[in-house]
Amino acid sequence: MTVITFIQHDGSERMVDGDVGLSLMETALKHDIPGIDADCGGGAICGTCHCFVEISGDLPAPDSQETAMLGLRPDRASNSRLGCQIMVSDGMADITVRLPEFQM
Amino acid sequence: MTVPKPNYREMEVKDLDVSDPRMFEHDYWHDLFTRLRVDSPVHFQSDSPAGPFWSVSRYEDIVAIERDTDTFSSEPSIAILDPEPDMILKMFIAMDPPEHDDQRRAVHHVVAPRNLTEFESLIRTRTAEVLDALPEDEPFDWVKLVSRDLTTKMLATLFDYPWEERNNLTQWSDMFTNDERITAGEGVPREVIVEHMTACLQRFTELWHERKDDGKQAFDLIRMLQADPNTANMVDDPLTYMGNIMLLIVGGNDTTRNSMSGGIVFLNQFPEQMAKVRRNPELIPSMVSEIIRFQTPLPHMRRTATRNVELNGQAIRKGEKVVLWYVSGNYDETVIERPNDFWIDRPNVRSHLSFGAGIHRCMGNRLAEMQLRILWEEALLRFKTIELAGEPKRTCNLFIRGFTHLPVKVSRF
Repeated sequence: MTVITFIQHDGSERMVDGDVGLSLMETALKHDIPGIDADCGGGAICGTCHCFVEISGDLPAPDSQETAMLGLRPDRASNSRLGCQIMVSDGMADITVRLPEFQM
Repeated sequence: MTVPKPNYREMEVKDLDVSDPRMFEHDYWHDLFTRLRVDSPVHFQSDSPAGPFWSVSRYEDIVAIERDTDTFSSEPSIAILDPEPDMILKMFIAMDPPEHDDQRRAVHHVVAPRNLTEFESLIRTRTAEVLDALPEDEPFDWVKLVSRDLTTKMLATLFDYPWEERNNLTQWSDMFTNDERITAGEGVPREVIVEHMTACLQRFTELWHERKDDGKQAFDLIRMLQADPNTANMVDDPLTYMGNIMLLIVGGNDTTRNSMSGGIVFLNQFPEQMAKVRRNPELIPSMVSEIIRFQTPLPHMRRTATRNVELNGQAIRKGEKVVLWYVSGNYDETVIERPNDFWIDRPNVRSHLSFGAGIHRCMGNRLAEMQLRILWEEALLRFKTIELAGEPKRTCNLFIRGFTHLPVKVSRF
């Protein structure tokens, strides 16, 4: 079981169990975790599920669409990702997801 | 006024005219796009006042094009009209990466939610003042007294524009989108638009020089451009400066203004939704998204094919214009459940196309939503009834879907 820890910008934390096949964005919505808007519903075309992801090991690299959307963020960091593009998979390591100050 | 409406349901597909702004003026566009989505979702029109162009009307096709910025460029223009070769304004909405990304980031901060929080109380105070000054139990023009006034004040605030001159901003915005070729001849020739652009550029150039190095904090759009290394010398490139000013003026004006008016119309057409939001004011943010979908104040954007490409079985050739009809995608019954219902708490209410999609998605969307949310929070607090007091007059413009006149009557609690 992959444990996902969401950390809000104010430092408050929630730990939830990840469901295989759900994205980080969908996981946050399922558990009513604030800080992710997900306007477009998962198509990597709105950029409102931006988050900072920490995991031991590697994640699949962002595709060109995700990279393009991340490029618009003034607060982009090296671990910036769109939560809708990272799927929880079987045997995945635990993940820490830090939410930005705002979505836009 | 009754106007002979084209028989979109029965005419031959090749005769469908997607360039006639009277469809928005007289509000008979639904049949045209419903027909296109079914019978010709990627539709070529060889002749129009704006030249030949493709129309894309399905939600999924629009999104696919928005994603593929290599094949469907935003240069040289995102409007259906081509820029004149002697005056190609440069603005980030009409640029491709990477230049687009740098310019957009330079001004993005002004509408970042951190700044919006600072704006919120100011917007609420101004909205309250405007609503408190409205006459009671007699008809007035909501467009003039509410929608135009509030959006003009917001724009003047974002630019820190001289307050007593603020109506210039709205007049320029209206002028820039008023080309006679997209207004069924009701607008003005291009030369007149150029005269207004020149006056606008001159005023903004003066403001730039007044503010340069005056030591004040960069909190307005002009100082933000000055503060960012990517745009610090933009004033030296008048076509780029003018382009970006125009983008920010138009983007912050017709859009929110017409959604402010549209909400009144929709809540009168669907009184059970008005009753619902009065019982459940926590639905206002969701209602705001639904108003923005239902209105779709910018009905289209245009892209240009950079190579020959096939879409939905149609062969689009390099250089051809491809018009993305957001107003059609927003009513695509294969994606949006019961699209013709104004439904303030519909599922996935935020996933409309009014803000576009992908890297050009509206930068000011959070600000627009906040302005509309505050307007409705304050209006529902004050007014027991908000009723249409006559027929709305709609804009005759292919690029702007909105209202020129909206007679409204209110009564206070």
